[in-house]
Amino acid sequence: MNTIYILWLRQMIRFKRSGVRMVLSIVQPLVYFLTLGFGFNAMFQQAGKGSYIQFVVPGVIAQTILFTSIFWGMNIMWDKQFGFLKETMVAPVSRIKVMLGGSLGGATIAVIQGLMLFIIALIFGFHPYSWIMLGVTLLVMALLAISMVSFSSGVGAVVNDMQGFMAITNFLVIPLFFLSSALFPLDNVPTVMKVIASCNPLTYAVDAMRGSLINQSHFGLPIDFAVMGGTAILLIWFSIYRFNRIQI
Amino acid sequence: METIISVKNVSKKYKEVTAVDNISFDVNKGEIFGFLGPNGAGKSTTIKMLTTLQRPTEGSLFLAGNNVSTAQDAARKTFGIVFQDPSLDDELTASENMKLHAALYSLDKKLAKERTEELLKLVELWDRKDSRVKTFSGGMKRRLEIARGLLHHPKILFLDEPTLGLDAQTRNLLWSYIKKLNEHEGMTILFTTHYLGEAEAIADRIAIIDHGKLVAMGDLEELKEQTNTETLEAAYLELTGKAVRDESLDTGDARKEIYRRIIANRR
Repeated sequence: MNTIYILWLRQMIRFKRSGVRMVLSIVQPLVYFLTLGFGFNAMFQQAGKGSYIQFVVPGVIAQTILFTSIFWGMNIMWDKQFGFLKETMVAPVSRIKVMLGGSLGGATIAVIQGLMLFIIALIFGFHPYSWIMLGVTLLVMALLAISMVSFSSGVGAVVNDMQGFMAITNFLVIPLFFLSSALFPLDNVPTVMKVIASCNPLTYAVDAMRGSLINQSHFGLPIDFAVMGGTAILLIWFSIYRFNRIQI
Repeated sequence: METIISVKNVSKKYKEVTAVDNISFDVNKGEIFGFLGPNGAGKSTTIKMLTTLQRPTEGSLFLAGNNVSTAQDAARKTFGIVFQDPSLDDELTASENMKLHAALYSLDKKLAKERTEELLKLVELWDRKDSRVKTFSGGMKRRLEIARGLLHHPKILFLDEPTLGLDAQTRNLLWSYIKKLNEHEGMTILFTTHYLGEAEAIADRIAIIDHGKLVAMGDLEELKEQTNTETLEAAYLELTGKAVRDESLDTGDARKEIYRRIIANRR
């Protein structure tokens, strides 16, 4: 427990000291929120779908978390290239704990950034339908973050060069995001797109976020949580598996 | 003499390369053991296998009786290591790096605190304990790594080219610490170096590895006698030849170096 805590703490200290980088990663989702939110709002309302700002906020919170967590493996690459990983790998602690400590750190950072975006959205007029349901939103954020951070850490453990890592994550992140219903409702899209979106785990995170924030859910919270929980278990397992096999 | 490090018929094969080819040797408790060889000879790979970072393809390695493949955690508790490349967290301070290490080795907090002070004073970094490591020079980082490697009171200290890139003063200082530790605490030391003069001055026994095979082992006199030469350097060149070697193929050192330069430029 102490090992996990201290490695989590290390990430918190690094995050606190990262200065500008701490807020930089929410700029992109913020741009999406402001331009799309205010840009499409009138059109969305004319189509009788209500406020697009309300609709898109859960999507961009998910985006913030996705972007921070899917690139988390960079930290593993970094630790690998510049040595710190060796310090943890020769220490008498299990690699599962090393992986969990780092990943929980990454997930915490991703959730903090998601919350920052949420607060900015509140300032720009977003209002959740129920404050009590925010607890559920937080749980969704945590599940999404830990899944993606684990996935990314696992990839970071396998791949040995930064270009390779960037190629893999960049290849994944854009389709994951755009085919996730983060920006549009799934009701009236072509079937192909609907099918693809239904296979995308991010869709369920966005859906659960929307369910808990604005009470609009396509699949319903139980299905969302089942898919997210399954994904999280699978990806944490993947990461542990890869960590146990790291040879430096 | 009690054996503390034991390497038995160990090989490490990568896809096309055999980095270490069936080597065996023992190191006695309290010994200073020099492990020499040209670039790419298999020194670092052997140290990586001894320190559980890589698994041997064949053979077994023991640290204080613990098999490094099957009793990993017990083996890990026995040693401290100073790597060839730094392995500190640059964003943390010197004392934070020490604290992290203490937690990873589950040391008692009070004891760890006392020992941190003692060690940081020993390596003359106590007044910089709250500075971030990224502000340290290469020599200071190396000293901090040594202090950290000693924090949990290891029986064995591995030093992989600990003096690489350091100036003569710092090298001298480091070796005198190491010698002191060996004398006062009976710590066993296994080190690699390219500076043969250092090995000559400090090692009780020396092993020379080339192309993954042990080509000679013994004390200084034995090596000189065996090769009919006057100095360790002459004996070494006699044993390993004069051809220049490429850097090892297995660790991606060259790539690391490129990254390091890119990042150094960015900062």
